[in-house]
Amino acid sequence: MAGKTLTRMDLTEAVFREVGLSRNESSALVESVLGHMSDALATGETVKISSFGTFSVRDKAARVGRNPKTGEEVPILPRRVMTFRPSHLMKDRVAAGNKS
Amino acid sequence: MIRSELIQKIADENPHLYHRDVERIVNTIFEEVISAMARGDRVELRGFGAFSVKKRDARVGRNPRTGDAVEVEEKHVPFFKTGKLLRDRLNKG
Repeated sequence: MAGKTLTRMDLTEAVFREVGLSRNESSALVESVLGHMSDALATGETVKISSFGTFSVRDKAARVGRNPKTGEEVPILPRRVMTFRPSHLMKDRVAAGNKS
Repeated sequence: MIRSELIQKIADENPHLYHRDVERIVNTIFEEVISAMARGDRVELRGFGAFSVKKRDARVGRNPRTGDAVEVEEKHVPFFKTGKLLRDRLNKG
């Protein structure tokens, strides 16, 4: 396993190579894709990208948590969390690519 | 929101681009994330979240219908952790 970390820069570079746009514009496009996805999720909308996966927002009920260091009880307020469910295609490709 | 709606939003904001190029751009981004993970790499998108690969150890599973023990091989699965900024936005308003 290579263990490299890709960032926005690498996605920008991929867009730059794929379409004949400037690096600046490629970077802005990567940003707006992430921005639109974030905006939709922030309003509670599910984002479903076929053959990639589904991002959905779930409501979590309030519960009593504990500070693991002090053992003190702390209330955890109701909150929203996001979950990602990878598509079968993604799961298959990740499993196949990392087979030892 | 689905892929085609995302593509449409980007296309609307970029009237100088051909629709098919916007499609290629959006598809390239998702493809790049999948191929990175297929190589065992991480993709860290500050503010949005990070995609990584987690190893699941081999285990003895059971056929739920027959109860038979079956060897399940070690495998790697995709994992996503929501970024701090997005997590905070989910809980505002």
